[in-house]
Amino acid sequence: MNTSFRNESWQDRTFTIVNYVLVTLLFLSVLYPLVYVVSASFSDSSAVISGEVWLWPVRPTLEGYIAVFQYSQVWTGLKNSFIYTVLGTLVNIVLTIAAAYPLSRKDFFGRNLFMILFIFTTMFTGGLIPTYLVVKDLGMLNTVWSMIIPSAITVWNVIIARTYFQMTIPDEMLEAAQIDGCSDFKFVWQIVIRLSGPIIAVITLYYAAANWNQYFNAMIYLKDQSLYPLQLVLKDILISNDMDNTMFGGDPQDAARREAMRVLLKYSLIVVASVPLLILYPFVQKYFVKGVMIGSLKG
Amino acid sequence: MPANHQTAVPADERSIAQPARRHPVIHKLVRSWQLYVFMALPFLYLVIFKYYPMYGAQIAFKDYSVVKGIAGSDWVGWKHFIRFVNSYDFMRILKNTLLLSFYNLAAGFPFPILLALSLNYLREGLYKKGIQMVTYAPHFISIVVMVGIVKELLDPRTGLINKVLQAFGFQAINFLGDASMFKSIYVWSDVWQHVGFNCIIFIAALAGIDPAQHEAAVVDGASKLRRMWHIDLPGIMPIAIILLILNTGQMLDVGFEKVLLLQNPINLTASEVIDTYVYKVGLSASVANYSYSTAIGLFKSIINLILLLIVNKAAQKTNQASLW
Repeated sequence: MNTSFRNESWQDRTFTIVNYVLVTLLFLSVLYPLVYVVSASFSDSSAVISGEVWLWPVRPTLEGYIAVFQYSQVWTGLKNSFIYTVLGTLVNIVLTIAAAYPLSRKDFFGRNLFMILFIFTTMFTGGLIPTYLVVKDLGMLNTVWSMIIPSAITVWNVIIARTYFQMTIPDEMLEAAQIDGCSDFKFVWQIVIRLSGPIIAVITLYYAAANWNQYFNAMIYLKDQSLYPLQLVLKDILISNDMDNTMFGGDPQDAARREAMRVLLKYSLIVVASVPLLILYPFVQKYFVKGVMIGSLKG
Repeated sequence: MPANHQTAVPADERSIAQPARRHPVIHKLVRSWQLYVFMALPFLYLVIFKYYPMYGAQIAFKDYSVVKGIAGSDWVGWKHFIRFVNSYDFMRILKNTLLLSFYNLAAGFPFPILLALSLNYLREGLYKKGIQMVTYAPHFISIVVMVGIVKELLDPRTGLINKVLQAFGFQAINFLGDASMFKSIYVWSDVWQHVGFNCIIFIAALAGIDPAQHEAAVVDGASKLRRMWHIDLPGIMPIAIILLILNTGQMLDVGFEKVLLLQNPINLTASEVIDTYVYKVGLSASVANYSYSTAIGLFKSIINLILLLIVNKAAQKTNQASLW
């Protein structure tokens, strides 16, 4: 498919040129806002609001980041989000494998019934209030558990994992293990999990991202500010523009500077909030195509 | 299935472990017991957090009272549904929901396909890898941060977009304060965020096309454009149709977490959708009405399910692809 450019017909050359131009335009339009946000976060606050920042940081400072980390709510949020993400993802992974493995076994009696039970929940739900009432009746409102248990399983990820198990664990391997007297528990622990690195990486990323980015459940289930995850703190600052003004200190007359600092703090906060996932992401990126491809296969 | 086979087996024979003689169903259940242990917690989760709420959705037909509980509250029939359909907001909300969905589907659907087709003809190398890396990344930005970015960039006084407009001599625009702009802001920021990630599935489908087809086409002198049209596009059609079916099945589920954050009192006429309304009526109103909110949610779920079934049926008719 990749004959060298020089040997191509003029149509193909035009095609290649147009293709490169278009895809580069799209690339730049995705890249530019990201670069701008990062550059703004490192710039001088007055430069940001006066529109001096175009591409690179102007009069670089760390003012914005210093302000972010002096904001005690941000620290509380980071800590809570970290706890919810680690605990939640752990629960997610364990339950997803526990559900996916039996569903991958042909000899699992009732497999189709369970499969239907899972799939149906993706097509029909009880809705917001009935789910809320369950969480409330279980006494989970305003506790850590409301951030972990109600979102314990995502059916889509169960299906991806199940399909992966079906594709990569040969039946012969199970038979051999069974002849050797290996129990299913041992088989999963010692063989299935060890052979499923790529899929576990992908669903870990999906779950971790969902847990880290979750705000709606937190908004409806949590009341105490001390339990707020980062996203809820961000929502107050970025969306509701609800900030502790005293933290910018100094002269109350200096309204312009305060305004500028608010804007700068927002840019810095956007970067701080996105970095944890973006660090995780390059490590698992190579598994993406695999994960998505498996998800697209019907089983 | 009746279990009376067992009674036919003499008692002394039953006492000896002879799995083959047991009822086949019981035998299968016993043999898979470890798998049921695995399934126990996930099953419990489904029952409590997915199926029990479906049972709880009956409060849509009741006047729910906290004291009487779900089962004990009084039946009121279709009262809440009728109230919703007759309400002043109904037409506006339904229209907003459908328009936003269609717009989002129409704009959001072709771009990932185009990007995948385009990437497929780039030479393997750092540039291609870089493009993929950068375009996938925004997918992992949280909704709150995404809306935060949108708000900052569109800010009437300090935002980048307005600075650019002013530099070219235009008036600054209060984008989020203009109801007519709301849907475009929602849709195009979504395209920006997800185009890369959503194209992965098409890239995977393109990788699955037999290279022999391309080789044969090259021998026949087909140009790249023709190959794209006659080989690549048909190659990704089945997956595209399945995705379209799935998306249509969620027609009324516009990304309401994002809509909710983009909303403000000024753009509300264009931005109120069913899900945000359910949330407001049920949880954030000063006098929350659980039953009314549930009825609206149920109305939505049922229409979604019907749409899914219709579109799937249509897809089956065209013999392209279907969910089941």
